[in-house]
Amino acid sequence: MQRFIFRKKNHITLISGILIVLAFISKLAFNNLAMFTWALVIASILGIAPIALQAYQALKVKVVSIDVLVTIAVLGAFLIRNFEESAIVTFLFLFGAFLEQRTLNQTRSAIKELTEMAPESALKQMEDGEFVEVEVEEVEVGDILLVKTGAKVPVDGTVLTGEGHINEASITGESVPVSKRKDSQVYAGTILENGTIQIVADRVGEDTTFGKIIELVEEAQDSKSEAERFIDKFSKYYTPAVLIFAVVVWLISRDIELAITILVLGCPGALVIGVPVSNVAGIGNGARHGVLLKGSEVIHDFSRIDTIAFDKTGTLTIGNPRVADQEIYVENIDEVLGYLASVERESDHPLAKAVVEYIGETNLYPVEKTDVVKGGGIVAQVAGHRVAVGNVKLMEQENIPLNEKARADIARFEEKGNSLVLTAIDGELKALMGIRDQIRPGVKEDLAKLKKLGVKNLVVLSGDNQGTVNLVARELGLTEAHGNMLPEDKSAYIQELQAKGQIVAFVGDGVNDSPSLALAQIGIAMGGGTDVAIETSDVVLMNSDMSRLPHALGLTKATANNMRQNIIIAVGVVLVLLTGLFFSDWVTMSIGMLVHEGSILVVILNGMRLLGYKLRT
Amino acid sequence: MQKATIQLETLACPSCMQKIEGAVKALDGVDKDSLSVSFNSSKVKVNFDDEKISIKDIENAIDRLGYEVKKSQVKAL
Repeated sequence: MQRFIFRKKNHITLISGILIVLAFISKLAFNNLAMFTWALVIASILGIAPIALQAYQALKVKVVSIDVLVTIAVLGAFLIRNFEESAIVTFLFLFGAFLEQRTLNQTRSAIKELTEMAPESALKQMEDGEFVEVEVEEVEVGDILLVKTGAKVPVDGTVLTGEGHINEASITGESVPVSKRKDSQVYAGTILENGTIQIVADRVGEDTTFGKIIELVEEAQDSKSEAERFIDKFSKYYTPAVLIFAVVVWLISRDIELAITILVLGCPGALVIGVPVSNVAGIGNGARHGVLLKGSEVIHDFSRIDTIAFDKTGTLTIGNPRVADQEIYVENIDEVLGYLASVERESDHPLAKAVVEYIGETNLYPVEKTDVVKGGGIVAQVAGHRVAVGNVKLMEQENIPLNEKARADIARFEEKGNSLVLTAIDGELKALMGIRDQIRPGVKEDLAKLKKLGVKNLVVLSGDNQGTVNLVARELGLTEAHGNMLPEDKSAYIQELQAKGQIVAFVGDGVNDSPSLALAQIGIAMGGGTDVAIETSDVVLMNSDMSRLPHALGLTKATANNMRQNIIIAVGVVLVLLTGLFFSDWVTMSIGMLVHEGSILVVILNGMRLLGYKLRT
Repeated sequence: MQKATIQLETLACPSCMQKIEGAVKALDGVDKDSLSVSFNSSKVKVNFDDEKISIKDIENAIDRLGYEVKKSQVKAL
């Protein structure tokens, strides 16, 4: 019976609505008062059944829920034979709950989209070598799986055989397909766009990167901020308090109608739902845009930051040094570059790699003997010539004369923030190359947006030399630049900023900078969905995409505002209704219920706006 | 001990959580500290002693409150 009533709740709502309409038609059109009363009585009884059952269940576990307040109020209305009120109030309450459920599903849709991307089945190799479709839960580490074109990769694994292109948007937010062949890593939840591959399962279920992302987002949407915990506690005592207040009013005034109206007005519906709704919609929007926010506390703190500290390499710059400037002092350019490439090929120093990459295909010469000069470069014998490749110090050591022009070029290159690679052949300077890290495209615009959003200080903390750091800072318009910093210097500096009262976010790669990530009020990891980044930080920017940072900040500000608006709406409605009740006579039980259900819908719709939030520029 | 993750129909009112919490806590054999009911994902997570109580008992307790259980997963701890 009970289950039947719960299942048919929507039907009950519909029927009681129809009965109410019939009642008023019979009264107004046919002046049939008996019909009017009976229709309303039936509507009340039908309507109160599911509410009263829920109230009973709540009382059994010692919770005074909103259902309890409404049930008592309706019984009271029944007692004083005000069937009009009892019918309308139950109908509005049920109908409101119906709309609430519908709209709530909307606010949760973004996160649902994400969880629905989870793979469900896999083609697993059985003992006889055949592949059989099984549920993804049945896959264990070490199993061999077949992935066909168009299918989802079921687990994190390594490619055994086959080739194909995989769309990794669900992990990295980047929808350009990535080529996979033997020994490539593949991730659960990504889609094989072409080809067929066999993989061996390395991590399954919740341990996969995708599983972790889902768990994180699911936990985030239900995590509670201090304000929310306060509201929770508040509502725990608030509803019984309303009940007691109504009883006291009744005892003093002997006015049942007034007492039961208070019960209805006191319902804290919009208050308890307003903040979770903003939270889930905000986090959902982030998940859609490659920004993982770990809960409402993070939203609150992030929205208030005034300082962002960056770790230079890999965040503001590409982290991949390249030859940016060159001067060649001789005519036979190809020959010089050939010698240079031949020598640099022997080294795995980052500068040497940049040089080799820059020169590309060229004539290579046999290298007969190489000496690595520590802190200087390389001296080698190539096809009978003595070739020295390295910095200015090496050139001095080798007694290479540097003329006026060369010295001027060196000074100019250094000023641009380059590291220098000089090439001398047989005691004569032939070439000068300036190598520097490149600023990521678009970073300048992103930083400007952050400033517009109210971030006052943009700081770069880097292990590089001060000159290079200054240069990056000047080019990007940062407010502070500090070079030569070890990881512990960075965290000490963050503490210093915090001591000055600044609220600091730290953007790092999540591996070397975990102390700073942990120390800053908000740690932002630029991780392509790596485990460490996901675990140590408060905010993860998928696919290391800086352009998501302004969106993330704007979104948290909008979400925090949205929560505030919802609290104001909820509290405001109760205050207005109570004032109306005591100081005027427009407030009845039905109007109270109508306004309440209306305010619940308003806060949900308000929260829903966050799903479509976009940073305005 | 077993760890249960129970997916419910969409929860609409935060006070539902208190009810479900109360009902599950009242069962003998569940680890009260491990219980979490999440509103937005509409999930109940709880550890329980499978010698004292079965997943079906927990599901029934929630179902009796009027919340439909959609799917549950049990993992050994």
